[in-house]
Amino acid sequence: MKHDFFEKNSMVLLVGILIVVSIGGLIEIAPLFFLGSTIEKVQGMRPYSPLELAGRDIYIREGCYNCHSQMIRALRDEVERYGHYSLAAESMYDHPFQWGSKRTGPDLARVGGKYSDAWHVDHLKAPREVVPASVMPGYPFLAARKLNGEDIEQRMKALRLAGVPYTDEMLEKAKTDLIAQTQPDSKEAKGVLERYPKAQVRKFDGNPEGPATELDAMIAYLQMLGTLVDFTKFDAAGPNLR
Amino acid sequence: MKSTSEEVIAVSGALGVMSAALFAILGGVLAFAGLDEVIRIHGLLIAVAAIGAGLYIMANPRKGGLEEQQSYMDGPIKFATLAAVFWGVVGFLVGDVIAWQLAFPVLNFDLPWTNFGRLRPLHTSAVIFAFGGNVLIATSLYVVQRTSRARLAGYWTPWFVVFGYQLFIVLAATGYILGATQSKEYAEPEWYVDLWLTIVWVAYLLVFLGTLWKRKEPHIYVANWFYLAFIVTIAMLHIVNNLAIPISLLSSKSYSLFAGVQDAMTQWWYGHNAVGFFLTAGFLGIMYYFIPKRVERPVYSYRLSIIHFWSLIFLYIWAGPHHLHYTALPDWAQTLGMTFSIMLWMPSWGGMINGLMTLSGAWDRLRTDPVVRLLVVSVAFYGMSTFEGPLMSIKAVNSLSHYTDWTIGHVHSGALGWVGMVSFGAIYCLVPWLWKREGLYSLRLVEWHFWIATIGIVLYISSMWVSGVMQGLMWRAYDHLGFLTYSFVETVEAMYWPYIIRATGGLLFVIGSLMMAWNVWKTVQGAKPVDIKQQPRVAAAPELRTGLLAHPAE
Repeated sequence: MKHDFFEKNSMVLLVGILIVVSIGGLIEIAPLFFLGSTIEKVQGMRPYSPLELAGRDIYIREGCYNCHSQMIRALRDEVERYGHYSLAAESMYDHPFQWGSKRTGPDLARVGGKYSDAWHVDHLKAPREVVPASVMPGYPFLAARKLNGEDIEQRMKALRLAGVPYTDEMLEKAKTDLIAQTQPDSKEAKGVLERYPKAQVRKFDGNPEGPATELDAMIAYLQMLGTLVDFTKFDAAGPNLR
Repeated sequence: MKSTSEEVIAVSGALGVMSAALFAILGGVLAFAGLDEVIRIHGLLIAVAAIGAGLYIMANPRKGGLEEQQSYMDGPIKFATLAAVFWGVVGFLVGDVIAWQLAFPVLNFDLPWTNFGRLRPLHTSAVIFAFGGNVLIATSLYVVQRTSRARLAGYWTPWFVVFGYQLFIVLAATGYILGATQSKEYAEPEWYVDLWLTIVWVAYLLVFLGTLWKRKEPHIYVANWFYLAFIVTIAMLHIVNNLAIPISLLSSKSYSLFAGVQDAMTQWWYGHNAVGFFLTAGFLGIMYYFIPKRVERPVYSYRLSIIHFWSLIFLYIWAGPHHLHYTALPDWAQTLGMTFSIMLWMPSWGGMINGLMTLSGAWDRLRTDPVVRLLVVSVAFYGMSTFEGPLMSIKAVNSLSHYTDWTIGHVHSGALGWVGMVSFGAIYCLVPWLWKREGLYSLRLVEWHFWIATIGIVLYISSMWVSGVMQGLMWRAYDHLGFLTYSFVETVEAMYWPYIIRATGGLLFVIGSLMMAWNVWKTVQGAKPVDIKQQPRVAAAPELRTGLLAHPAE
């Protein structure tokens, strides 16, 4: 029988396996990097500000993605519950993506602006004091931890290497911007808004006198989720039709 | 047969000590100059492990001579078997803890190191990579020697594979608890842990292939096709999905090279094939060796195994996009993923039939040998979850099931029912065979393990069906005025009882695994079997069997 050829030559078997298991991935993944329609043309997307990025890294560190998706599917009930269905463009700077796979808690793709900062402070500290039936763990330690911004520039540099369009200026001011976003009255605060349009500049953790904390970063990230794309200008037809 | 030459002995010892020294230095650098707590602790662990390995090699020089070529090399296999039992208990236990956390959130203790978000990757990695991985390493290295009639290739390398793999597990697990994660499911370890696994994995491939090259059988046995496909495909998936840019060579933090939709597609191409190749192809290798061996019958159909093999590995790799239905992934990719997932039903069931029908003429073993029952029921669970999978990959079904506990139930019918049970069966076969015992310490205890684990699985998956379908329906329920009926938190409240039932089922499964640990331990110790008369002769090590044996396919 012809299958002998594979059964008697380990390297032929090996190469055969490699060819057979490569085809599917090549056809499904490679085109996503080249087809223009994969990522919609939208207005408003920008890289994360240093404070938002720091918050996002904490979100990842604590494993929030295990219970919260950031991907609103194009289904009637999801759009009514969470807002406009998620676009590929909205996660174009997400290294790695945070779409999630399970909703033990609600989707967070558009949680930005849905609740007040004070609500987030209370909720992250002790979820059941705000939502009695919640099963979310509490994160009281975030408020107590000073934000470590030592390596924020290195983080942004690594992201630029991966393709996020951070400018030289953004990298240069990274450390300043990180703190300035929590100091609305400082003169550096204006620079944050120039570099990161729509960034929300304020002290998020309810402690205006204190230093910038991990809680500041986390809430800054949560409050900007899903707020960047201007949906009044988004056209699902034309070049965005796929 | 020539004895190993002195040059080879000297070179292999020197290479071993030099690599140990290299990693001791690398670990030392990370331990002292590392930029964050995680990488400093990991540097220390790497250095300690490397120094230990180096000292061991120096203290136990290779003797050479004919003895080291004449017998099978079972030391690393014994170690991996015990490691599998240990990590199995740990992984199941962590899983049950986080199951209780979902019912009683106070169990998170509001601490970083004990919250669900950090413990869930610990659970998934412990059961998939630590338990499953050790089972696969142990069985593959056992099977490839016996079916090739050749000793493992290498002298130190097989030991490196086994110990290097345990180091990978410890680095990954401690990393999660300390907050180092790439956040890609089942690929959470950070960049340097991934690099370490890559080195270990290449060594594993070389040991496996090297043993095939030395084989004295003209044909490569079918179980080895599956093991080989598992090893090379996991290498490919692991490398591509973990491409990342570290923020510094001295930092544990990295960012995925890909972003958004491309990153999602790459991740689920990886994620689904971690299921397809780690948890399926590898364990099918176990099925193709241990079922024929244990029931002393040849594999049902040679032709079917060829079709099974090639169609399974070709189709599986396409199935990833079914994790991304109705998302921002382009529709063409979703449709491809769904189509191939449905087609995948056929090779899956072809394989199931090939495994089950191997019992032709030996069905009575199901009644008399609980080890056979574990192996066969695992294949039945395999059939069930590979029917459920294609069903859930249909977009209309997926719109309901996705993001809910139905997925969790589905995964566990595969993981507990198929992977768990087939592993238990293989471990119960292997332990008396490896340690040259007359049989297991207690076959009755295997009977108890089988039933308690089965009841646990049934509680688990049925409660997750209820919870998942209920939550999916509640999310999309509308009242007569056209408003959404339920707020999100009402759906959380509704899952309280299913969560308790699920955690109870998990607890039964943990208890079963503790019974196995006890049984394995007593067998290894050489305790006299309590029910040797009830045990089939295949329970004994091959050297100790009496009477005529049927010869199943090898």
